[in-house]
Amino acid sequence: MNIIFVVFLVGGILAAAWYGNVGVITTAAVDSAGAAVTKLAGFVGVMTLWLGVAKIAERSGLLFSLSKLFQPLMGLLFPSVPKNHPAMGAMLMNMTANMLGLGNAATPFGLKAMGELQKLNPRKDTASTAMCTFLAINTASITLVPATIISFRAASGSANPAEIAGPALLASLVAALVAVALDYYFRRKDNNLWR
Amino acid sequence: MFALLSSAAQWAVPVFLLVVVVHGWYKGVRVYEAFVEGAREGFWLAVKILPYIVGIYVAIGVFRDSGALAAVTAPLKPLLQAMGVPAEILPLMVVRPLSGPPSLGLTLEIFDRYGPDSFIGRLASVLYGSTETTIYVLAVYFASVGIKKARYSLAVGLLADLAGYAAAIFLCLWIFA
Repeated sequence: MNIIFVVFLVGGILAAAWYGNVGVITTAAVDSAGAAVTKLAGFVGVMTLWLGVAKIAERSGLLFSLSKLFQPLMGLLFPSVPKNHPAMGAMLMNMTANMLGLGNAATPFGLKAMGELQKLNPRKDTASTAMCTFLAINTASITLVPATIISFRAASGSANPAEIAGPALLASLVAALVAVALDYYFRRKDNNLWR
Repeated sequence: MFALLSSAAQWAVPVFLLVVVVHGWYKGVRVYEAFVEGAREGFWLAVKILPYIVGIYVAIGVFRDSGALAAVTAPLKPLLQAMGVPAEILPLMVVRPLSGPPSLGLTLEIFDRYGPDSFIGRLASVLYGSTETTIYVLAVYFASVGIKKARYSLAVGLLADLAGYAAAIFLCLWIFA
């Protein structure tokens, strides 16, 4: 992340200087900072709501039952996370929300899952293998219903807004399979290296 | 098909809320107290990640508005055009892993200029609908628990995105072209 931050800022400033409009940087930086706060302000309500709901599901044992249902698959993907650990439930809620195209609902569960995974992590400043697998699945999630884009297509006057759902599902499936395969490959390579 | 999908999406949140609340109440959970307790965690989580989000937004904003983004994407143009893919899709492909709102903005701009049912409009829809904001998610998720070394996560996420892009382009050329 450090490298990305430096490359983007330095690259951007140098490019602006090259094109002779350094003034753009000031506006871009200030506007983006404001936009970030606005964006998060919108998120505060949603995160508060969903973590509240998640707590109910946690207390009632619903999260627990859900994670039990998918135990075989989750156990296969996350061999380092103990069965019935709260991280399993949070990860499942996150993946379910992602599949339904509910990105905003997925984030709080995802962050909760990261917190739980961090408790199991022996090196607190380094991503655990479970975290890497979780994020591989999370960033290449299978999209059952691309709800956002369908509604925007409809609003833009498309004759058939949902026609993209099929190809989007297939493309996301390809990305998800590649992510899981790559994660498996890197995990084995990395673990051998660290031993 | 559209009716089915849109009603499925409509039902997702209400059904989820209903199941959680009724199940909790049935199991004898103090539903409202549990909600407030969890909600408090949600609020502080949001406050905790604010600085990271500001950092990401500023870096992306500076990189895009300075013209650096356009300069970086320029060399890829001939390759895409040879494959029959309009080069105007490039900014979306680059921005998509970085941030959600700007990539939605780029998609809507394509809809406005070429129409949602044009080839590039459909391609943009599939790209947007099938991929995630990989870099943004990695940065926020790792930052929320103080992870500084992401190991191979970024490589896996971006390579999977590339595979998704290739699949989206192939499928669109096959179905819509």
